[in-house]
Amino acid sequence: MPDWLAAALITLLKSTVVIVALLTGFAYMTLVERVLLGRFQLRYGPNRVGPFALLQPLADAIKSIFKEDINVTLADKLVYTMAPIISVTFALVAFGGIPAGPAHSLFGENPWVYNLDAGLLVLLAMTSMGVYGIFLGGWASGSKYPMLGGLRSSAQMISYELSMGMSLLGVLMLVGSTNFQDIVYWQAHNGWLLLFQGLAFVIFFISAFAETNRAPFDLPEAEQELVAGFLTEYSAIKWALYQMAEYISMFTASAMMVTLFFGGWKGPQLLNAIIPGVSEWPIIWLIVKMAFFVFLFIWVKASILRIRYDQLMRLGWKLLLPLALFNTMLVAFYLAFVGGVQKVPGLYEYHKTGWGLWPLGLLSLLCLLAWLALGDRSRGLFNKAHPVRGEQASVARAGGD
Amino acid sequence: MGVLEIAKGMGVTLGKLFQKPVTVSYPEQRATLQPRFRGRHVLTRHPGTGLEKCIGCSLCAAACPAYAIYVEAGENDPHNPHSPGERYAKVYEINMLRCIFCGLCEEACPTGAVVLGNEFEMADYRYPDFVYGKEDMLVGVEGSRPQRREAAAKGESVRLGFRVEGGPRPELEGVTYPQ
Repeated sequence: MPDWLAAALITLLKSTVVIVALLTGFAYMTLVERVLLGRFQLRYGPNRVGPFALLQPLADAIKSIFKEDINVTLADKLVYTMAPIISVTFALVAFGGIPAGPAHSLFGENPWVYNLDAGLLVLLAMTSMGVYGIFLGGWASGSKYPMLGGLRSSAQMISYELSMGMSLLGVLMLVGSTNFQDIVYWQAHNGWLLLFQGLAFVIFFISAFAETNRAPFDLPEAEQELVAGFLTEYSAIKWALYQMAEYISMFTASAMMVTLFFGGWKGPQLLNAIIPGVSEWPIIWLIVKMAFFVFLFIWVKASILRIRYDQLMRLGWKLLLPLALFNTMLVAFYLAFVGGVQKVPGLYEYHKTGWGLWPLGLLSLLCLLAWLALGDRSRGLFNKAHPVRGEQASVARAGGD
Repeated sequence: MGVLEIAKGMGVTLGKLFQKPVTVSYPEQRATLQPRFRGRHVLTRHPGTGLEKCIGCSLCAAACPAYAIYVEAGENDPHNPHSPGERYAKVYEINMLRCIFCGLCEEACPTGAVVLGNEFEMADYRYPDFVYGKEDMLVGVEGSRPQRREAAAKGESVRLGFRVEGGPRPELEGVTYPQ
């Protein structure tokens, strides 16, 4: 067998494994979410199908597949069918670029499906493609609520992509590479980027919630306001595909936060004293860290109410985007005039220049604290209740937001 | 809503995560009802003599807003009476699908014969099975039709899925529910 064929087959095998893992993960994620939401609300959640409801995802899958797949008369059939597939495809593709361990660590193979030098940019591009699934789905349904929902959703996702991408510029400037492996090794030597980019992380974190359509920014499928937004006319397996895409993009967002700010697949070095090399084990650390963020997603969903659409847009454009820009300027200024680290070419070694990185971390933390402390007082700057026809204005103000 | 409030709210929800759920796992655990819960009717008897209280006057059927009750009166045999009056209910049927469990029949009854009990587990498959006769409602019959049918098929005794806080009302003479 020629080498290129072997490589292609192995890549194919790896992508199959990743897809199967993601789909199983999605299935059990729905179960975990329902159980956790239940417990948050002092209920049990699902506990009927099999021991600990472990067969519930299977039952859900069977139900979704055999449910009537309603075809809307006015729908554009091709696009209507393609839209959920587009959504789920790009959600799956995006995850393939996340490294789960050091090179050649998975039975001699690399624990990633593809590793590009433009890794981060490609990932951002792929996650952005998800908006096509939503928008096309809303448009192709040939009905008004999905259309409105699709428009709102695409506006939301495009808006938050800006602050999401901008918040990562600081990271890119510090690391000097968009390759995920470089970012992970940089953190292994210099400390988690969370320490130096606290402000950026919080912006990214908030944007990730909006980007993955999770509460409190789950307006795309706002049940109460828009029936179900772009999902209104979808049923059965197509609907399930959208759900799949949503949960997988949640995984991807978690994996991104882990890789960019929490040291990626590297485990704690302390444990190496007990089991040598444990911090280099592939996959396990990535999953452990991702599980934390996935739990956070569910916890936030159980706690925080959906915000109004105009508030959402103001938050994105008038607060997060300027803050992300400010963070970019801060890092650029710091790296140009104060200090940083310099990579030794060809090696994963770094030497300090100027004052090093810690003052930047402190600055970032101070900015974050100032933002949190001034949060209430500065709200008028970006979230003004506009006076609407006399009395309503006072109502709007009294309602508070 | 400031950051502190968000943190406070998240703290509250996290605290709930570690509390015991308040859910009553109904079919396995018994649901708790109040004594005045209005469920399936009971036809009571006089405690001393054991005679049926119902005298077949049809006032309950007249009072019923859903026309769910059908009464056919018969003359009592003086030597072997069913009820202390001249007449008794030869046929007494309530259609549980029509019944709205308002309790007007109980209020209309001059002898306190028909009383709304606490049983509510009456789900069944066929329309005719929802018409309950005297043999389904007289005091001492425990459980609804489907419950008794199932219990007979399994050879077990009827298990009621609820308990009544403080026991049944005094009007329900001779009825016992799990406490």
